[in-house]
Amino acid sequence: MLKSSVERVAEATPHAIAKRMHGLSDRALAWLFVAPSIVLLLAVNIFPLIWTIRLSFTNFRVNRPNAEVEFVGLKNYLNILSDRDIWLTMQATAHFLIWTIVLQVLIGFSLAYLINKKFRGNDLWTTIIVLPMMLSPAVVGNFWTFLYQPQIGLFNYAVGFLTGADPSSFSMIGDVSLAPWAIVIVDTWMWTPFVMLICLAGLRSIPPSIYEAAECDRASKWRQFWTITIPLVLPFLMLAVLFRGIENFKMFDLVVQLTGGGPGSITELTSINLKREAFEKWRTGYASAYAVILFVTVFGLASIYVKALNKVKQR
Amino acid sequence: MNFHKVRSLTALGALLAAGVANTGQAGAAELTLCWAAWDPANALVELSKDFEAKSGNTMKFEFVPWPNFADRMLNELNSGGKLCDLLIGDSQWIGGAAENGQYVKLNDFFDKEGIKMDDFIPATVVGYAEWPKNSPNYWALPAFGDVVGWSYRKDWFARPELQAEFKQKYGRDLAVPKTFAELKDIAEFFQKREIDGKTVYGAAIYTERGSEGITMGVMDVLYSFGFQYENPDKPYELDGYVNSAKAVAGLEFYKELYNCCTPPGHSDAYMSEDIDAYKSGQVALHMNFAFTWPGINADPNVGGDKSGYFPNPAGPDGVAFAQLGGQGISVVAASEKQEEALAYIKWFAQPEVQQKWWQMGGYSALRKVVEDPGFATSQPYAQTFLDSMAIVKDFWAEPSYASLLQAAQKRFHDYVVAGQGTAQEALDGLAKDWTQVFDDEGKY
Repeated sequence: MLKSSVERVAEATPHAIAKRMHGLSDRALAWLFVAPSIVLLLAVNIFPLIWTIRLSFTNFRVNRPNAEVEFVGLKNYLNILSDRDIWLTMQATAHFLIWTIVLQVLIGFSLAYLINKKFRGNDLWTTIIVLPMMLSPAVVGNFWTFLYQPQIGLFNYAVGFLTGADPSSFSMIGDVSLAPWAIVIVDTWMWTPFVMLICLAGLRSIPPSIYEAAECDRASKWRQFWTITIPLVLPFLMLAVLFRGIENFKMFDLVVQLTGGGPGSITELTSINLKREAFEKWRTGYASAYAVILFVTVFGLASIYVKALNKVKQR
Repeated sequence: MNFHKVRSLTALGALLAAGVANTGQAGAAELTLCWAAWDPANALVELSKDFEAKSGNTMKFEFVPWPNFADRMLNELNSGGKLCDLLIGDSQWIGGAAENGQYVKLNDFFDKEGIKMDDFIPATVVGYAEWPKNSPNYWALPAFGDVVGWSYRKDWFARPELQAEFKQKYGRDLAVPKTFAELKDIAEFFQKREIDGKTVYGAAIYTERGSEGITMGVMDVLYSFGFQYENPDKPYELDGYVNSAKAVAGLEFYKELYNCCTPPGHSDAYMSEDIDAYKSGQVALHMNFAFTWPGINADPNVGGDKSGYFPNPAGPDGVAFAQLGGQGISVVAASEKQEEALAYIKWFAQPEVQQKWWQMGGYSALRKVVEDPGFATSQPYAQTFLDSMAIVKDFWAEPSYASLLQAAQKRFHDYVVAGQGTAQEALDGLAKDWTQVFDDEGKY
C-alpha cells in the first residue's frame, strides 16, 4: 500500500524529537509542522480560486456593493466563448506566444552555443547579454516606446540607415501590421538571455567524455551536434519553453507600457483584456469566468507539456 | 540628581505637555486629498497652506498620474479604502459614487454653511456636482473647471509669407478657424512644412487607447457635427442618435484629421504627449484641456505672444460644442475625518480663496471670479476659457460609465488609428455595445 507523504514525514521524524513532544503522536507532530504551509496555501491560493469559480456563475460587480447578486449559471462562460473580440485577443496572444518562443529558443540556444566556447571576454559578454532580463518590464516597455519613436527613435533610425527608408515613414507601435511584431521584438530582446542561460546550463552539464568518445569514433561535428548536444540539451530547452510559455501567456506590463493594447485592439493580449473587464468595466463575475477559462487553458496545456517533458527526460 | 538632569527632565516634561496640548486642539487632523498628478495639483498644495494655517489641520496629498488615476481611485472607492478623505474625482464618476454611497451627500452641509450652487458656473454644477443630472442632489463642490479647446502658433500664423501662401491656396486669411473644415485646411497647410529649418506638422489631437484619450478627442468633434447620446424624448434610446449620419460624418472627419495632419507616431497620444508635441514646436494646432494653457503661456519656447487660444470651432451646421473636463471635490464616505474634510470644502468655497485659486493657475468655477469684469483680460486664455465653458457637453456619467467608456475607446481606436471598418460600422457597434450595457443595467 502506498504511504501518504504525511506518513512518510512522520516515519522520518527522529524518535528523540517525537519523544520530547509529550502527548503528541508522530503523526500529529508531522501535521503540526506542515499545517502552517497548508493553511497559507489554502488562504492565498485555494480559497481565492474557489471564490473566483463561485463568482464566475454570478453577475457580481465589485463596484456595486448594494446591487443584488444573481446566479446566472453558465451565461458568463457562454458569452465569453461566443465573443468575437475575445477570440481576437486569443489570436493576438497566440501570435505573441508562438513567435516569442520560436525566436527566443533559436537565438537563445545559438548564443548559449557560442558562449559555451572558450574565448577571451567570455564572462564579460555573458554579463552584457543577460542585462536586459534584469530590467523591469515596465521600464523596458517605456524606453522601447522611445526607441520606436518615428522621429527620434534609434530603432527607426537603424532601420532607415540599413534600408534607406525614411525613419519617420513608419511607426512600429502605431501601425496595425507592425505593432504585433514590435511587441515580439521587445520581449525577445528582453528574455532571450533567460533561455540562453538555461541552455548554457544544459550544454555545460554534458560530460566532455561523451564528445571524446564520439571523436574516437570519428563522428563529425555535425553528427555530434545532432546526436549528443541536441538530445541532452532538449530537456533544458523544453523547460525554458515551459517557463517562457507560461510567462508570456500572462504577459501584461511590458505590452501595456509599449502599446496599451493598440493600435485599435491589435496587441490587446488576453491578460490586458481581462484586466479591462475586471478593473475598468468592473464586471467581476464575467471577469472571473474569463480568468477560470484562462486558468484551465494554461493548466491543461502545461500539464500535457510537463508529461512530454518527463518522457524526454526519461529517454 | 544634579541640576542638568533636573533641567533635562523638565524640558522633556514640557515637550510632552506641548505634544498633549497639540493633539488636544479642536479639529487638528491630517487630511489626505487625492487628485491627479498635474500642474493644478501643485497649485492646490500651495493654496492649501492657507487652510493649514487657519484650521490647524495638516494636509497630505496623494496625486496619481492621469493614465492610472481612474484605476487607482476607483479601486480605492470600490474597496472602501480610507486613503482619501477628500477626492477631486472625474466628473464621470459621480453617478457610480453617488449610487454606491462612496461620496457624502453635501446638500445639508451646503444649506448649513450657506454655500449656493447658483454661485457656480451652471455647466460645472451639472457636470461635477449633481446626480441624477439636473436634480438638486449635490455630491461635490465644483473645484476645477476645465474644457477641451485649442492653442495655436500665433507667431507662425502672423508670418507674411505664410499668410500670402495660405490666402493664395485657400482664398482666405490664415486666421483662427471658425469651423472644423477650416481647422483641417490649416492643419494640412502646416503638415510637413519647413519652418526655421525644422519639419513641423498640422495638429496634435487625442488618440490614446488605454484610458479615455481618444474618446475625449472624438467626442469633442462629434458634438459639433450633431452627435447625440440618446433620444432627447426617450432616455437610453440610442439607435439613430449615436450612429446618426451626422455622427458618422464627425467620426470620419476625426479620422481624416488624424491621417492627414498629425505628427509621425501620434497613435497613442493624450494630454502629456500633445503638450509635448506643441511645446517642442512640432505642431501648429494643439487640442487639449484648458489646464494646459497657463503652462503654455509661461513656456519659454511657445509662451507669451507666440501662442493663441480658441474654443472648439463649429461643425457643418454652424453649431459648436466642447468636451467638458474638470472635477468636483467630494468627501469620501469611508473617511473617518469627514468633519475636517467638510471644513476644507467650506474654506475652499470662499470667494477670496477661489480668486487666489485662479491666480495660481487653478480654473475656478465660481461665477464671482469668472464674471468679474477683469477676468476675461486677466490672462490671454481667460476669454477662450469662458467661451469654451459656455458650450460644454459631457460624456455619460452613469454608474456604468466605465463600461461605456471602454466600449467607446475600443470602437474609436479601432476605426481612427487602426483603420478597421467604416465609421458607420464603428458607431453601429458602439450603439450596440452601449445598448447592451444599459440592458444589463435594467434600463429597458
